[in-house]
Amino acid sequence: MSGVHVSTTVNGDAVEFVCPGGESLLDVLRNRLGLTGAKEGCGTGDCGACSVTLDGQLVCSCLVLGAEVEGREVNTVEGMAEGNRLHPLQRQFLDNAALQCGICTPGFLVAAKALLDENPNPTETEIRYALAGNLCRCTGYDKIVRAVDAAAKDLRREAKRKARQKSK
Amino acid sequence: MTADTSYTDQEFELVGTRPVRPDGIDKVTGRARYGADASAPGQLVGAILRSPHAHAKIKKIDTSKAEKLAGVKAVITSADLPDLTHGNRASFDILENCMARDRALYDGHAVAAVAAIDQVTARRALSLIKVVYKKLPHVTDVDEAMQDSAPIVQPHIRTPGGDPDKPTNISQISTFGHGDVEAGFAKAEVIVEESFKTEQTHQGYIEPHACLATLGPDGQGELWVTTQGHYTFRNICAELLGLEVANLKVTSSEIGGGFGGKTHVWMEPVALALSRKANRPVKLVMSREEVFRASGPTSSTSVDVKLGATADGRIVAATATLRYQGGAFPGIWGMLGAMTSFACYDLENVKSIGYDVLVNRPKVAAYRAPSAPMAAFGVESTMNLLAEKIGMDPVELRILNAATEGTKASYGPPYGPIGIGATLEAVQKHPHMRARLGKNQGRGMACGFWFNFGGQTCCDLNIGVDGTVNLTVGTVDVGGSRASLSLIAAEELGIPYEKVRVTIGDTASLGHNDTTEGSRGTFSSGMATIFAARNAIEELKVRAAQTWEIDAKHVDWQNGQAVARGIEHSNLGPLTLEELARKSPTTGGPIAGHNEVVADGAGVSFASHICDVEVDPETGSTKVLRYTVVQDAGKAIHPDYVEGQFQGGAAQGIGWALNEEYIYGKDGRLQNPGFLDYRIPVCSDLPFIDTKILEIPNPNHPYGIRGVGETSIVPPLAAIANAVSNAVGVRMKHIPMSPPRILKAIKEQQAGESQVSAG
Repeated sequence: MSGVHVSTTVNGDAVEFVCPGGESLLDVLRNRLGLTGAKEGCGTGDCGACSVTLDGQLVCSCLVLGAEVEGREVNTVEGMAEGNRLHPLQRQFLDNAALQCGICTPGFLVAAKALLDENPNPTETEIRYALAGNLCRCTGYDKIVRAVDAAAKDLRREAKRKARQKSK
Repeated sequence: MTADTSYTDQEFELVGTRPVRPDGIDKVTGRARYGADASAPGQLVGAILRSPHAHAKIKKIDTSKAEKLAGVKAVITSADLPDLTHGNRASFDILENCMARDRALYDGHAVAAVAAIDQVTARRALSLIKVVYKKLPHVTDVDEAMQDSAPIVQPHIRTPGGDPDKPTNISQISTFGHGDVEAGFAKAEVIVEESFKTEQTHQGYIEPHACLATLGPDGQGELWVTTQGHYTFRNICAELLGLEVANLKVTSSEIGGGFGGKTHVWMEPVALALSRKANRPVKLVMSREEVFRASGPTSSTSVDVKLGATADGRIVAATATLRYQGGAFPGIWGMLGAMTSFACYDLENVKSIGYDVLVNRPKVAAYRAPSAPMAAFGVESTMNLLAEKIGMDPVELRILNAATEGTKASYGPPYGPIGIGATLEAVQKHPHMRARLGKNQGRGMACGFWFNFGGQTCCDLNIGVDGTVNLTVGTVDVGGSRASLSLIAAEELGIPYEKVRVTIGDTASLGHNDTTEGSRGTFSSGMATIFAARNAIEELKVRAAQTWEIDAKHVDWQNGQAVARGIEHSNLGPLTLEELARKSPTTGGPIAGHNEVVADGAGVSFASHICDVEVDPETGSTKVLRYTVVQDAGKAIHPDYVEGQFQGGAAQGIGWALNEEYIYGKDGRLQNPGFLDYRIPVCSDLPFIDTKILEIPNPNHPYGIRGVGETSIVPPLAAIANAVSNAVGVRMKHIPMSPPRILKAIKEQQAGESQVSAG
């Protein structure tokens, strides 16, 4: 089987791999790069457990081919925390008990981050629709929506503080 | 070890608080390892070939081409999983479900499997296996399967008490109740009677079944698997593969949802058999399609309910006939339906009959309070019909007939202190019940019951030299129980929550623990943890006494330290757990506590739910506007995760009530084995789900804990059906109330009305 050689960036690191042309980005991440944070819940783009961003855009990595990410930028849940500092979304998911089994959590965090990067002040409805591509079977979404709302507030506060510091 | 399990009404420092779960960081950073996240050197990829037919004789399987394909290391059929069950029919059923013998019994039934160097090769190998089938007549509907003329799923099954020579699909008939229902109905001033149907749903855990199996020619093996019960998996796999129990070490991975579906083995014996044949580790992961087609959903049912009452609302007779299909193997689902159906009420004359029926569908598995939601749908819908008929408020009617302490349950035993009345009164007082409703909107409420379960449990509590504590338990953490058990251990020992680390032990580290089912995790491991901690405290007191050179009888344990009692010891300052731990190497070695218990006395649990919906009369689409759960937890150890159980159960119930259903074609094949066509609720489908935790202590647990995991899925079907029926003015009798069913019900009603007006 002939493989495709791919050079790409994953969570800020330059990465190279060889994969069969038909292999999904999800399988590449999990089986070739050892990044098992993205999960396969369905393999058909219906559950969002494999959510990652590709050049900042939210995608189901099970629907993207590994060969497609040549020269692009992939971000996964493993890249969310800065060193030992959790992202506000990660912190708020913990503080709000927004996970039970936790299998959907990486996908939700990536999807919620994509929302907040684009819309720092979403309404409850906007949060619910932005996360409608991610299935959770444990929580009924209640605490997830609250956690995303709380993290959005944290991020806005942080942005304001940074802006104030800049203006000083 | 026996200890006093009675409720003691102790004051709590930590129990009832809401700290961050100990496994949290791993789960928000992607580090937590689930079933498919483990790998072993030299591992192969497994794959399973499944029957495309609902029912077929397997005439021949030719694996020769697959075996010759480069990269294929093992191909197996039922011949590689011979029958070692020695006449144990229940075990044989599990074996036959893992790998078909002479007949495929449902669409998706495993018929062969391969292990190869990669996924592409494994899939190609499956396509090279040639199976010659002879199609047989099939049946997938529970009522049709009970007909005399129905195709027979398992020829050895006989109806109990029926013709011993006549094969049938009815494997069990279970009758519960007391009093004289005929006499009761004769006394009744009002009688209501209705029939209901529910379709089959799947637990829908987001993590597919996955395992990594290693089994060598020496009969020693290891299994890493997503499961609710690794000890049970070990015992079953060992029996089916002819292994000694101690030679198979099973480790439960983090579990990505189970809801009962991961209490049964589905493919783990196949992975072990492949590994044995290839003598290499084999990773086997189901696709979502396989999860739907070949791992157990819940039953589809048909239920008849009849209630008789006096004009002022006292129920004088109640009967239910409940038919549950268990897939292609005998189940206990009709029995559980019959047991739970009238459990909420205090009834003088009651009778329920449950039928367990075989059909050509996948083996049914437990699904969160298994069988209770469908029975509650029938009974709680009929309760509303009765309330309408006698012109009584439905909550009042329920309060008037609610079971109380001392009531003889319809399934047999008398109740201890229970919470059905309290949940109903909380519903009655809740502002949700008085909120205004708009056009096309309706409100419904319903009650639910679940037994809860205790079972075999053991744990180890080891105190480290720095005074930190390792607690090892054998119940799987399906939704935050490590946080609850840390709270309990810290509470007992009198140390901070952060000083306890809970680990789920593998099968080589602890004695047998029953499967984490029946809402037993925090109840039973909590009980074992309390006793193990108290056990360790006794040893800590001995060590303190030894240090002080006094009699251990004069040592108390208070707030995490040993205290010498009595004026004669007033010169002795307290010794903290940490101080005693540091001294332990020279005072007798490591300090530990252990407990082995059969945690009897699980407290029954009741809930009442309120739901508001809006139905679009043009499309038949239903939107849940507001939802409130009131449930008795006994004692909420970590309230966040108790609320989470309430909300999650309600959400699953909403999906079941409105959308989810297995759709079979005339060919007996499942038509919607994927999340696109089997649609579970998404974030934008639901409102916030309000919760109210009641705490009516379970007298049989030191902290008063009842299980909380399951009851929350029992009322939603009926609560939503009552709400939709109120919104559209038609009684809904078929779950799910999908848009086409609601439109059909509205149209039939309108047609009936125009006929009446025309007549």
